[in-house]
Amino acid sequence: MSNPHTSLTLPNPLPLDSGQALACVEMAYETYGTLNADKSNAILICHALTGDQYVASTHPITGKPGWWERMVGPGKPIDTDRFHVICANVIGSCLGSTGPQSPASDGEPYAMRFPVITIRDMVRGLVAMLDAMGIAQLHTVVGGSMGGMQALSLAANWPDRAGRVLAIATTARHSAQNIAFHEVGRQAIMADPHWCGGDYYGEESAPDAGLAVARMAAHITYLSEEGLTEKFGRRLQDRDAKTFGFDADFQVESYLRYQGSGFTRRFDANSYLYITRAMDYFDIAEEHGGTLAKAFAGTPARFCLVSFDSDWLYPTAESRHVVHALNAAGAPVSFVELSAPFGHDSFLLDVPALDRVVKGFLDG
Amino acid sequence: MAERPALRPDLATILERIEPGSRALDIGCGDGTLMAALRDEKQVDARGIEIDGACVERCVAQGLSVVQGDADRDLEFYPDSAFDYAILSQTLQTAARPDHMLAELLRVGRRAFVSFPNFAYWRMRWALMRRGRMPVTRHLPVTWYETQNIHHVTVKDFEELAAQLGVRIEDRWYFTREREIGGGGANWRAEYALFEVSR
Repeated sequence: MSNPHTSLTLPNPLPLDSGQALACVEMAYETYGTLNADKSNAILICHALTGDQYVASTHPITGKPGWWERMVGPGKPIDTDRFHVICANVIGSCLGSTGPQSPASDGEPYAMRFPVITIRDMVRGLVAMLDAMGIAQLHTVVGGSMGGMQALSLAANWPDRAGRVLAIATTARHSAQNIAFHEVGRQAIMADPHWCGGDYYGEESAPDAGLAVARMAAHITYLSEEGLTEKFGRRLQDRDAKTFGFDADFQVESYLRYQGSGFTRRFDANSYLYITRAMDYFDIAEEHGGTLAKAFAGTPARFCLVSFDSDWLYPTAESRHVVHALNAAGAPVSFVELSAPFGHDSFLLDVPALDRVVKGFLDG
Repeated sequence: MAERPALRPDLATILERIEPGSRALDIGCGDGTLMAALRDEKQVDARGIEIDGACVERCVAQGLSVVQGDADRDLEFYPDSAFDYAILSQTLQTAARPDHMLAELLRVGRRAFVSFPNFAYWRMRWALMRRGRMPVTRHLPVTWYETQNIHHVTVKDFEELAAQLGVRIEDRWYFTREREIGGGGANWRAEYALFEVSR
């Protein structure tokens, strides 16, 4: 099957943290702006869990604008008049890069035969892609949430590959609470009768109900109580009274159902399993002898971390933890906690202070 | 580069004294005016700590490395002798424990610059004596209940604290009405003071 996305095939098998290797890896990517002659103006944007490479262009399935269109473009904080912006679909995902639904060597989808991957493996894929593009050093690697984990992982494991590291609303390790929420999502998928042990490709039904529940549970963690209350309160949906049944009486229920069902049209359930697992395994300190400062020792990069006061998924303390480690490592680091009402999702939404910080960090 | 507004005299003195190419930590760096000058004029590797998010934002926008944090709590995360200089301008009087703060400054920095408003300045004494109320002056413009200054200090107090902690005073400067003044009778003549100290 031809790949409708722009992609390149990595020339070598990709070694993985699990000890396995992934052959014939496709990396699907989008670029914006022009790479200059000495290839010094490239910015790699790393996407979040359910994100993709369409950071600043129309999504081919939903038809919606890119997920960070407000941040990336001509004259925008990540200015494509100045920078060559690259955003790739991570391995394990489902929008053109090799993942569980890609064919294995026998021509059948990998499904659960796909090896368990880590955030570092995703970054390995991205670095191999940059090698194939001939980009030795990025001007900046940028990411929010899981994208921020990739940015930090790149800085820790490939310290010469990025001059600047901008990590937003993220963490250097997944907490027990983070893992717990992901486990709820995974169990919802695996409990769906259409999951079939992961072998649902080519079947009439996919585990959409389970995937939708996973998305609903996760979506709650992306918002803040204040934001939810402001948006929905306890208002009822298209009715004047409670039905004393299990329809979506409340607006918030209807909203979550909408989020869940919309998600199943653009995302693969098995990819959700693999990527959440990668996030749960994420612990940069553990990879470096238990000390986070060691992970960043001697890094030449400049760092900027941003957190949001209403983010309870990756709260400010997680960013501070990274900042303290970077200080201990002597790395030049900036950190600011921005005030925004939207919870974890603030990094995707209209927060003018974030625009100023991003622009300032890239220009400064 | 745009013309920089004139630095406050204590900051100008610090800028003058700091060795080119050294490493400095500006604690309570505000909008980064001193850090930018240190970077641009002395090629100093300058880092900052600032509690106010809007100030940090302005610093980041100038390409400065500033961490939003509380000096009372966050200084401990910086390694010993990480800096040639630690700078604490007009902030000592806001510290929870100025004595601990001074010790921390000289743990993370080889030397430190400390400036603070002198509460024994004659106008303060006069205002307190005449009106019997906490003075509100040009240099300490905020009413007692809303001021961030929780430990008012005088030139003499600081000298005594330095002696108690075994901190060496390398140099000192006194300022009144944004001008440097001589050292005679500084404890009552100086509106604020700047000390350079070392371990």
